[in-house]
Amino acid sequence: MKKRTPIFPAYEQESRLICFGGWMMPVRFSSIKAEHEAVRTRAGLFDVSHMGEIEVSGSDALLFLQQLTSNDLSQCRVGQAQYSLLCTEKGTTIDDLLIYRVEKQRFLLVVNAANIEKDFAWLQTHQSGDVKLVNKSEEIAMLALQGPYAASILQPHLKLDVNDIKPFHFVCDVPLFNIKVILSRTGYTGEDGFELYCPADQGIHLWKKLLQIGREQGLVPCGLGARDTLRLEAGLPLYGNELSNTITPIEAGLSFAVKTEKNAFIGKDALVKQKQAGPARRLVGIEMIGRGIPRTGYPVYCNEQEIGFVTSGTQSPTTQKRIGFALIDQEYAQIKQRIEIEIRRNRIEAIVVPRPFYKRNQKNGEVVK
Amino acid sequence: MEFPQELRYTKEHEWVKIEDNQVRIGITDFAQDELGDIVFVELPEVGQEIKANTSFGNVESVKTVSELYAPIDGKVVAVNEELDGSPENINDSPYEEGWMIIVEPNNVNDVEELLTAEQYKEVIEV
Repeated sequence: MKKRTPIFPAYEQESRLICFGGWMMPVRFSSIKAEHEAVRTRAGLFDVSHMGEIEVSGSDALLFLQQLTSNDLSQCRVGQAQYSLLCTEKGTTIDDLLIYRVEKQRFLLVVNAANIEKDFAWLQTHQSGDVKLVNKSEEIAMLALQGPYAASILQPHLKLDVNDIKPFHFVCDVPLFNIKVILSRTGYTGEDGFELYCPADQGIHLWKKLLQIGREQGLVPCGLGARDTLRLEAGLPLYGNELSNTITPIEAGLSFAVKTEKNAFIGKDALVKQKQAGPARRLVGIEMIGRGIPRTGYPVYCNEQEIGFVTSGTQSPTTQKRIGFALIDQEYAQIKQRIEIEIRRNRIEAIVVPRPFYKRNQKNGEVVK
Repeated sequence: MEFPQELRYTKEHEWVKIEDNQVRIGITDFAQDELGDIVFVELPEVGQEIKANTSFGNVESVKTVSELYAPIDGKVVAVNEELDGSPENINDSPYEEGWMIIVEPNNVNDVEELLTAEQYKEVIEV
C-alpha cells in the first residue's frame, strides 16, 4: 500500500496521481505547463508533506550535526535554515537536506521522502552524547506556496510583516487561520515563496484556506510534474538523479555546501581530496542543439567516446529549450563544449551551458501589490 | 472524452481512419490526456515501411517518452510536418490537426481487424 499524505483526500479526485518514492502524489492538477507558468508568473501551491522531518535536540545537538553534515552549521543562526548534505565516508551522498535552527540546540532536518528511514537510521547509528532524535515525519504536514505573488497572498492574513522574513529564514508558531505554522522563506522552484509546516491533522485545512485566499491572484494547486520542471530550470539538484550514493556533492557542483575548513565530519577526508585534486567527473547544464529531449540515463558522447550520462532533462516550459543535467568527465565540463546525447540510438548534438537555466528578475522580500 | 464511431482503434491507443485506399493514423483522446502536454514527436519519413505492433515513432510529454505502435503493415505516404512546431495540436485536436501519418496499407482489410469505438472504450474502461 502506497503512503498518502494528510492532504491526499483534498485532491484525490481532482488530480492525476503517480507513485513517487513510495507515496501516491499528484503529478498534475491541470497541465504541467500551466502549473509551471502559474508559479513563474503568479503562484502555485504544492503538497510536499511526503518530505520527512527529523528533530535533533540536546546539549550536543550542534556538535553531533556538525560531525554528520557537510555545511558549517555553526554559521547558521537561530531562525535560519541551511542547505546541507549527509555523506558517507567515501564522500558520496546519503541525502541532501535543509536544516532549520529552531533553537540554539534544537534543529529540524527536512529530508527527502524516499530517504526518511535511511537518514534516521544513519543518524541513530552515529548518535552520541546528549542528543535526542525524533522522526516527526508523520506528525507534520508541509505545503509550499511558491511564486511572485506568494508574499502578497499571505500578507493580509498575518500579523507579522512577511518582508521581515528574508530568504532562508523562518519564524515558528506563526498564527495563520487559527493554525500555528512554521513559516519559512524557502522553496524548490527558483521563485520567491514559502514553505509552511503545520500539524498533520490541520494540513488539509491549511491547504484549502490557502487555495481560497490565493484564488483571486491566480493561485493554483500544482503537482510534482511542475515541481520537477521548475527545480530543473532553477538548476537545483534532485536526490536520486543529480545526487546519489555514488555521486559526491563536489561532483554535483555543491561545493558551497561542503565546508572542508570546518572540523571533521563524515566524508570530509574524501571530499577534501576530491576538492583539491578536482573531481574526475562533474555535473553540467546541457542544452540540445539537435532535435530531441535529453532524459534521465541517456548516454553522453564526445568524439565517439562515452563521457557520461544525463541525470535529468525536459523541455523547459519557460524557454522551450530542451535542457538537462549531465554528469560527465571533467575534461569536457566547460561551458560551450560540444557534446552528443544518445537518444534512441541516434547521437544528437548538444552543448554545455551555465546553470541555472532560469533566474528570476524580481527581488526577494518585496510584497507584490 | 471522444471516440468517433467512424474510426478504428488499437490497444496501444492509436486511431485509424480509412480514406479511400489509404489510412490516417494518430493517437486517441485518451492517450493525449494520459500523456499531458505533448512537447515532441518523432515520426518516420515518407517512404518508410511500418509493421503492425512495432514502433514507428515516439511521442514525448513534459515528463515521459512513449512509443507509437503501428496498427497495420504499410508504407508511409505522408507525415504531419505541422507537429514538429506545434506538437500541442495532438492535445488540442487528437483526431484532426493532431494526425500523425498517412499510410498505404499492404492489405486494407487489416483495418477491419482493429477495435471499434465500443471495443476500445471497454479496453480503457470508460
